[in-house]
Amino acid sequence: MPKPLFGLKHLFGIGDLSREQITSLVNLGDDFIDINSRSIKKDATLRGRTVINLFFENSTRTRTSFEIAGKRLSADVINISASTSATKKGESLLDTGQTLAAMQPHVLVIRHSVAGTCEFLSEFLEDTALINAGDGSHEHPTQILTDLLTLKRSMGDIQGKTMTIVGDIAHSRVARSHMLAAKIMGYNVRIVAPKTLLPAFVENYGCEVFHDFDAALKGTDILYMLRVQTERLTTNCYFPSIREYHETYGLNMKRLKAAGDHCMVMHPGPMNRGVEIATDVADSMKSLILEQVEHGVAVRMAALTALCGGATEE
Amino acid sequence: MTDILITNGRVIDPANQVDEVCDVWIESGKVAGVGKFDGAAKKTIDAKGLIVCPGLIDMHVHLREPGEEWKEDIESGSQAAVAGGITTICTMPNTEPCIDHAGIVLQVIARAKEIGLCNLRPIGAVTRNLKGTELTEMRELSRSGAVAFSDDGKPVWHAGVMRKALEYSSSFGYLIIQHAEEKQLTEGGSVNEGWVSTQLGVQGMPVEGEDSMIARDIMLTRRADARYHVAHISSKGAVEQVRLAQKQGLKVTTEAAPHHFALTEDEVLNFNADAKMSPPLRTEEDRLAVIEGLRDGTIEVIATDHAPHHEDDKRCGLSCAAFGIVGLETMLPVSLDLERAGVLPMVDLIAKMTANPAKLLNLPEGSLSQGNAADICIFDPNKQWMLDREKLRSKGRNTPWHGRTMTGQVEYTLKDGRVVFEKGEIRV
Ligand SMILES: [Zn+2]
Repeated sequence: MPKPLFGLKHLFGIGDLSREQITSLVNLGDDFIDINSRSIKKDATLRGRTVINLFFENSTRTRTSFEIAGKRLSADVINISASTSATKKGESLLDTGQTLAAMQPHVLVIRHSVAGTCEFLSEFLEDTALINAGDGSHEHPTQILTDLLTLKRSMGDIQGKTMTIVGDIAHSRVARSHMLAAKIMGYNVRIVAPKTLLPAFVENYGCEVFHDFDAALKGTDILYMLRVQTERLTTNCYFPSIREYHETYGLNMKRLKAAGDHCMVMHPGPMNRGVEIATDVADSMKSLILEQVEHGVAVRMAALTALCGGATEE
Repeated sequence: MTDILITNGRVIDPANQVDEVCDVWIESGKVAGVGKFDGAAKKTIDAKGLIVCPGLIDMHVHLREPGEEWKEDIESGSQAAVAGGITTICTMPNTEPCIDHAGIVLQVIARAKEIGLCNLRPIGAVTRNLKGTELTEMRELSRSGAVAFSDDGKPVWHAGVMRKALEYSSSFGYLIIQHAEEKQLTEGGSVNEGWVSTQLGVQGMPVEGEDSMIARDIMLTRRADARYHVAHISSKGAVEQVRLAQKQGLKVTTEAAPHHFALTEDEVLNFNADAKMSPPLRTEEDRLAVIEGLRDGTIEVIATDHAPHHEDDKRCGLSCAAFGIVGLETMLPVSLDLERAGVLPMVDLIAKMTANPAKLLNLPEGSLSQGNAADICIFDPNKQWMLDREKLRSKGRNTPWHGRTMTGQVEYTLKDGRVVFEKGEIRV
């Protein structure tokens, strides 16, 4: 098997990484951005390696990002989605994992609605590196590495900067991963939501908690808007209506101006325009949203490389 | 020259800790001063032997407009209020349509302004159409003038929805008022469950219906760090729970209705539907517990739960009669019994109908501070009169006090420095 880089056997969560490991992954991603802008977008780094994208949850964007990342590095990439997967026929998650691992891929990229799926499978799949592409409301490490790369390129060092994350914190793996990353990397996180959308004891992450969006704007360097799952959240009484949500927690130009000229806007996508973010904000010069998508490919190239791109031990 | 001078009265203004015989003078609709007045006035009210206090606030009132105007409308309700010395009413949202939308909040406020007798401060619904399943737009309702949120008439029965309501409201500091009744326990009941219900042979509502809902809500309030208010508290167990929650530092408050500290379940022994309400009149032990709660401050507010009904809805046998009694015109005399019985000094009693509800709901009313709107109640605490339900200003005739002697009568009510009620007459 190829030797992993940066001491990484798997990529489960941001919270498992050291500052050095995060920095190395981000820097490696930075190096890969070049390949993505060439006319021939191909590199031989992962030639002969096999990557399986095993997606139990729909996510075209993340799956495509991993697929392109693998292919640009010359890996053989296989996509398996939940609708066609064996689990529909009654096979257990473990059986699916073991069956795929028996075909000897180098990396399994897994998205699953159950938190801890990668940790669980790793106990049984010894020779396969696992990348968590989002597990329940737990972690989404490659998204956060992507964000860190995007921030590095747009504002340089983010140490001491303040990121304000707005919306459904309770169900967000992105928010959770950022709160963990902030501690490791030395930036501040504010979270803004009504109490109905906050998980219990969220302040233990060391973040500042606001219910009033306008009060949180001052001193914010990065406004990070989360996707609102409109039907699910209103029928469960997390908030009364889309309209009141947008009034109270939506990002519009007025709020963006109140945050100040330096403030940049992020979103993990896909956006609900007019709900958590107004269209003019999403499309403004302050928006880093498309950069996030672009850098997502580079960061996933870095993650795949870190796990199976090193020299092969013969 | 000042507009109105009220002289020689015992002025009681709990918010400013005033209790002395002195003058109150009014200019341009506002309180211009409390103390010794020198000068001329266009109009003088001699309040010798009377008590002068801020216009009373009743934070629990059901007017039936929009939707059931034959029971009560904003005009008849406003008249009943000022006849009772009340200048601010907070109205419950169980109208038809219910107050779950900003448009209706604005509509009822505008209607009350047009009538011009008293302030109407609506309480918005917690859930849409009072169904208990979807939250209302509390921010929007609040911005339009709603001062608190309640599904009163019904409980917010679903524990998960109540949790979300407390969390959402507490994110913005709003007060949730709960009609605490576990319907699975009280379904089909008409009166308190006990010896009285047994003798009558009608189904009772066990006290646990109230107590268990409050217990549940207190736990949810603790988790949400919310502001929770028990409407019309009626049982010993409920008062004890609120007291304990307050000792633990929770933002739990409550109110008592005059009937719950003045009457017991014995009132219904003659099948009197005019003493049927929810929660029901309970035992003497419960009544004394409510009085103790008022005395020690656990219960900060007296509110009427004024619930007018049409004759037809009351004259159909105890079991099928509607729940509720009118209260606006009897709040003051019934409550004055607490002072006469030595339970509360006059200033503390008045506070429970002025400064305390104002503080709880962040209302500008409830005090005689200089510059405040001159909303004033002037009453004779000792004057006796016979309550004749046919003479009530309210359209509702459903009162258990019909034919009884009341002690304490409102002589004048002023709203924005205008005399709107004077010696039994409404002045428009
Ligand atoms: Zn009620």
